[in-house]
Amino acid sequence: MKLVVAIVRPEKLGEVLESLYRAEVRGLTIHRVQGHGGEMERVETYRGTTVKMDLSDKVRLEIGVSDHFVEPTVKAILDSARTGDVGDGKIFVLPVEKVYRIRTAEEDQAAVTPVS
Amino acid sequence: MNNADIAWMLVATALVLLMTPALALFYGGLVRSKNSLNTMMMSFASLGFVGVGWALVGYSLAFGPGNLWLGDLSRAMLRGVGLEPSGSIPHLLFAAFQCTFAIITVALISGAIVERMRFGPYLAFLTLWGIFVYAPLAHWVWGGGWLAKLGILDFAGGTVVHVNAAAAALVAALVLGPRKDFARQAILPHNVPFTLLGAGLLWFGWFGFNAGSALGANASAALAFCNTMLAPAATLVVWILLDLSRTGRATAVGAATGIVVGLVAVTPAAGYVSPLSAILLGAVAAFPSYFALLWRARTRLDDSLDVVAAHGLGGTVGALLTGVLAERAWNGGAAAGALFGEPRRVLVQAAGVVAAIAFSAGGTFAILKLVGLFAPLRAGVREEGLGLDVTQHGEEGYTRGEGAILVLPDPAPAGVGLPAPLSAESGSA
Repeated sequence: MKLVVAIVRPEKLGEVLESLYRAEVRGLTIHRVQGHGGEMERVETYRGTTVKMDLSDKVRLEIGVSDHFVEPTVKAILDSARTGDVGDGKIFVLPVEKVYRIRTAEEDQAAVTPVS
Repeated sequence: MNNADIAWMLVATALVLLMTPALALFYGGLVRSKNSLNTMMMSFASLGFVGVGWALVGYSLAFGPGNLWLGDLSRAMLRGVGLEPSGSIPHLLFAAFQCTFAIITVALISGAIVERMRFGPYLAFLTLWGIFVYAPLAHWVWGGGWLAKLGILDFAGGTVVHVNAAAAALVAALVLGPRKDFARQAILPHNVPFTLLGAGLLWFGWFGFNAGSALGANASAALAFCNTMLAPAATLVVWILLDLSRTGRATAVGAATGIVVGLVAVTPAAGYVSPLSAILLGAVAAFPSYFALLWRARTRLDDSLDVVAAHGLGGTVGALLTGVLAERAWNGGAAAGALFGEPRRVLVQAAGVVAAIAFSAGGTFAILKLVGLFAPLRAGVREEGLGLDVTQHGEEGYTRGEGAILVLPDPAPAGVGLPAPLSAESGSA
């Protein structure tokens, strides 16, 4: 099993989720995060106070998948999250030691296989 | 002049002015958080640009003597608008009261074009629209124009304000086209409590709008005031019952919308119909708007905040029913509707609505195309994605401050503006 961690633009989240759904990837967790990926800084002004916004809002997805699902998952995200500008995000694929499904106590492969 | 009338009109003017910030809250709550400031600024900008435009030329084009179609420039720059009486109040106060109507009317249009219009072209559009579309239509109905001569009944602006703004909103939504996410992604209101607060403040301000349109502290104002209480109450009841019967749940956004629809519908009727008729009118007005909202969301028309369904249909129903329900016993003998002996009234009301739609639609189209010659009206796809708050205003509605680095002025004048060094002594005085 692998854990696919993707960091994408918040405005692209809808398309990413739709693309994952089409790729039949079920079961994921998202967080709203902030980060810096080398994109152009944004200048904002509040009365006399001017600030450079160094961190941009991003969404981080975590998807636990079985091995043969890694490629379709990554492809779905690559296809949907891209705008071509700096700041589109990253995808990390991490090894997973052990997975349990809490409801049934199933382990590993069975635990990341969607209930059908 | 009458001091009671002056006192009431001073208060009424302030109440109507408050409706524009209220509208900003109403609209601001309905958009996504990344566009909240831009949406609210679309209303707030009207306070400035339309307000000044009104004083410079708008008032004169609307209420200058002129002809049947347009006022003239004899009152431009408020020339001759002083403290002499206009009715029983100072002329200047009348001009200020009417100014607040121009401001809210233009702000209403913005609901159809939120989340995608660039702010600069919007400012040009709203300034020109306030002068070249609102002022002539106000002249037709209230300034001694041809609709006034025809005998149209528009107590506080059902046609001039609401039908007018809705026709402009429809054209603006079509000219700008739908948002890039429209009908592709769920676009949800980011702050429904704002919207409820906005609806409440609109209702509060609307007492000035309708009862102030009596232009004095008199019986007509009292009737308009009570009708402004009762009609939206009836619309709210019907709206909640429709929600309950259709889905089993009464929605808050629906309640806020129902209040506005009822207020819009009673606007032309406020000082002409009996309180019971106002309840009937408010109840009837709920139906077309309620079902138009449901239908519109399934079309490709991105009238984002449903200006047409709420103000266009509400205003039209109100205008027509004014021609049905007006009663001489209640309006001091001014006019009777179809139910009370003058069936012709309804036709005049319908003519007014049709004329307002045609003129407003044409004028809006021309102004948008004109502004579009000088600058693109739409924000780019990337700007739309990032949100118009950051791209148009360089601010966010909801900042967290994390990752914000202070940009210090450079070079800093010696010893000025630098924070005092922190030390044990500081604060010991």
